[in-house]
Amino acid sequence: MKSNMILDIYGKRKLFFIIPAVIAVAALIVALIAGLEVDIEFKGGTLINYSYKGDLDTAALKTAAEGFGYGSVNVTTGSSLNSDTNNVTLSYASNEGLTADVLNEMSAKLMEQFKDNELTRLSSQDVNPTSGMKFFAKCLVAVLFSFILLVIYIAFRFKKIGGLSAGVFALIALIHDIIIVFASFIFFRLPIDANFMAVILTILGYSINNTIVTYDRIRENRTLYGKKIGLVELMNTSVTQTMTRSINTTITTAFAALAICVVAWLCGVTSIISFAFPLLIGLVAGFYSSVFMSGSMWVMWRLHRDKTATVKK
Amino acid sequence: MKRVKKPVFFVVACAICVFAVLATIGIHTHYGDITTTWIRGLTDIRWGIDIRGGVDVTFAPPSGHNATNEEMDAARSIIETRMLNNNITDYDLYMDYSAHQIIVRFPWQSEDTDFDPEAAVKELGETAMLSFREGGSSAIKDDQTYEDLPLVLNGADVESATAYYNTDEKEYQISLELKDTGVKAFDEATERLSKTKGVISIWMDDTMISEPSVSSHITNGKATISGSFTAENAKALADKINGGALPFKLETSNFSTISPTLGEGARDAMAIAGLIGFAFIVLFMIIKYRLPGFVASIALVGQAAGTFAAITGFFSFNDSFTLTIPGIAGIILALGMGVDANVITAERIKEEIYSGKSVNGAIRAGYKRAFAAIFDGNITMVIIALILMGAFGTSDSLCAIILSPIFTWFGASTEGTIYSFGYTLAVGVILNFLFGILLSRLMTMSLADFRAFRKPALYGGANNEK
Repeated sequence: MKSNMILDIYGKRKLFFIIPAVIAVAALIVALIAGLEVDIEFKGGTLINYSYKGDLDTAALKTAAEGFGYGSVNVTTGSSLNSDTNNVTLSYASNEGLTADVLNEMSAKLMEQFKDNELTRLSSQDVNPTSGMKFFAKCLVAVLFSFILLVIYIAFRFKKIGGLSAGVFALIALIHDIIIVFASFIFFRLPIDANFMAVILTILGYSINNTIVTYDRIRENRTLYGKKIGLVELMNTSVTQTMTRSINTTITTAFAALAICVVAWLCGVTSIISFAFPLLIGLVAGFYSSVFMSGSMWVMWRLHRDKTATVKK
Repeated sequence: MKRVKKPVFFVVACAICVFAVLATIGIHTHYGDITTTWIRGLTDIRWGIDIRGGVDVTFAPPSGHNATNEEMDAARSIIETRMLNNNITDYDLYMDYSAHQIIVRFPWQSEDTDFDPEAAVKELGETAMLSFREGGSSAIKDDQTYEDLPLVLNGADVESATAYYNTDEKEYQISLELKDTGVKAFDEATERLSKTKGVISIWMDDTMISEPSVSSHITNGKATISGSFTAENAKALADKINGGALPFKLETSNFSTISPTLGEGARDAMAIAGLIGFAFIVLFMIIKYRLPGFVASIALVGQAAGTFAAITGFFSFNDSFTLTIPGIAGIILALGMGVDANVITAERIKEEIYSGKSVNGAIRAGYKRAFAAIFDGNITMVIIALILMGAFGTSDSLCAIILSPIFTWFGASTEGTIYSFGYTLAVGVILNFLFGILLSRLMTMSLADFRAFRKPALYGGANNEK
C-alpha cells in the first residue's frame, strides 16, 4: 500500500452500514421462523451419545427411548469421517428423575435391544435447568461487565480524540461483531453452548484490539497534523495507514482458525468445529467493523456535535 | 534508546531455543524403573476431561432438603473417602455451600479398560454405611471381612460428631453424641470393653476410619474420641462420622461423561491444526516482513513455549494447570495478539523507511510508535481475561475475591472450561509483552548492528542503500 493513496471509507459509509444491517435482519427472520438451538448446557436436559455400527433403526430407537417414560426424545445421527462408526444422540428435554443410575439402566436395556448395532456409549450429559440458566446469566454479566470496563479504559486512553464517544463507538462495533457471530449460529443451526460464549469472548478481545489500533492512528495523526486536516480526511488517512496491518493480522489469525476448522472437519470432531467456524466469521466481522464502521461512526458523531454547537452559537 | 550490541541477538535467540526445547520435552531422569521429572514437557500436560475423557458431576441433596454447611462437609467427606477407595487420586472437588452443590471432576481411569463412569458416580452418591464394631482391624482373621466384627452401632444411631479443642488436656478431640436408639448398645459395649481396654473400630463402608480403645464406661451416649489429633484430622474424622449419619442420599443434578476416544480425536486435531497454523504464520511473516518477520517467528516460538511452561508448571515443584479445549482457544488468541504486535511494528518500520529514515532510525521509530497501540490492545485483553478468571474460577482465587461483589449472587460457579480460557489468555498476553515487544526489539536492533543486515529491502522497503 503506497502512502499517497487514501481510501474514502467515509464517503461509502452508508453501504458499509447497510450490509451488516441486512445480515442482522435476515438472522432475526430466520430466528423467528426456525427458532434458536439452545444447547442443554443452558436450557437443561439430558443427552446421551452412542456410537453404532451398521444400519440403525432410529424410529425404533426413539420409541424404545421414549418407552422409559421420561418424556419425548429427540434422536439425531451423525458420522465421523475418519472411522467407519456412526454416532447417534438421544436428547431428553428435561433431566427430571434421570439420575446416573437411571441412565445406567436405560443404556443397558438399549444396548441389549440394539445389540446388532454394537451401541457404545461415548458421552452423556445431564444438566439441571436452573443451573443451566444460572450459568448463562453469569456469562451475560461477565460480558456486560467487560463492556463497561473496556469503555472506561478506552475513554481514559483516548481522551485526545473525544474519550467517551470513542469508547461508545468501539462498543457499538463490538456489538456489531457479536450480532454477526450470533447470526452465524442461527444460519448454520449451531447450538448456543459454552463454545458460543468462548467465541463471543474471543471476538470481544480481538475486535476491540482492531478498533484500538485504528483509534491509535487517529490519535497519533491528530497530534501530528493538529487541526490542519478535517475530521473526514483524518479518519480516512488513519484507516488507510492501518489497513495493511489489519489485513495481515486478520489473515494470519483467520488462517489458524481455518486450519482448525478443516482439520476438525476431517477428523469429525464437531465440538471444535462449532467453536472454530463462528470464530472465523467473527474475525472477519471484527476486521470489517473496525476498518469500515467504527471510524466513520465516530466522525459522524463529531460532525453532528460540531454542527449543533455552531447552531447554538 | 541505546544501541544494542551484536551478540545480544544470539544470546536471546539461543535462550529462547533452549527454553522452547525444555518446555517441549522436559527433563526426566531414569534410575532403574523410577522416572524423576525435573522439568515438565508437553507430555506432562494435564488434559481436561473434555479432551482425555472423564466425568464431571454435580451432587446435591434431594430437592426440598435444606442442607446445613455441616451436612455438606459430611457429604464431601463421604465422596473423598470413596474416591480414594477407588484409587481415583487426581480428582477436583469444589464445594458450593450457597447452592448446596458438590462438583466433582475426575479423568477416565486409564489403567481400567472397563471403567464404568455411571457406576462410579452412582457409588459416590450412595448413602454411606457407617458402623461401629467391636475389635479393631487386627481382630479380623484372614478369611473374614470387617462385617464379621460384632456390630455395636450403625450410622442411624449417631446424632452428631464435632471436633473441638479441649483446653484442659490441650489437644483436639471429637465429641460424639448418640441418639436414644444407640445409647443402650453403647452402654453395654463400653461397659464390657472398658475393663479390657478393648477397641471399638469405626467404619465407613469397608474402610476403617478410626480405631479408638475404650477407656471408660459410657452410659449417657456422650463420648469423646481422643488421640494425637491435629485440627484438620479431628475435623476430617468428625465429618466422616457425620457422613455416616447423613439423613439423605446425594443426587446427581448435573452429570456428564466423555469417553477418551472422543476426547483424544479432539486433542490430535488441535495439535495438527496448531502445527499447520504455526507453520503458515512463520512463512507468512518471513515472506512478508523478511528480517522482522524472522525475528517475530523466534519471539512467537518463545511465547508459545512460555505458555506451555505456564500450563505444565515447568519446574516439577510448581502446580500444573488443566488444559481444556477453550484453554487451547485462549492460546490461539494470545498467539494471534503476538503476531499482531509484530505485524504492527514491522508495518511501522516499513512506513518509516518509506518516509526516508535510515534503517536504524526506522527500527527505533517503528518500535516506539507501535508501542501505544500494542499496549492498549493487550491491556484490554488482560481486562477480559481477569474478568473471566474471576467469574468462572474457584471462589478462593484472587480474581474471584476482587470481583466477588459482582458475581456473588451466582454462587461459586466452577465452569472450569471458561476459566481455562481466561488463564491461557492472561498468561499469553503477559508473555506477549516480554517476547513480542521487549525481546523482539532487542533481537532486531542487535541484528541491525551488522552492516549486512542494514539493507532496507530486508525490512520490506525499497532496496536503495542510504
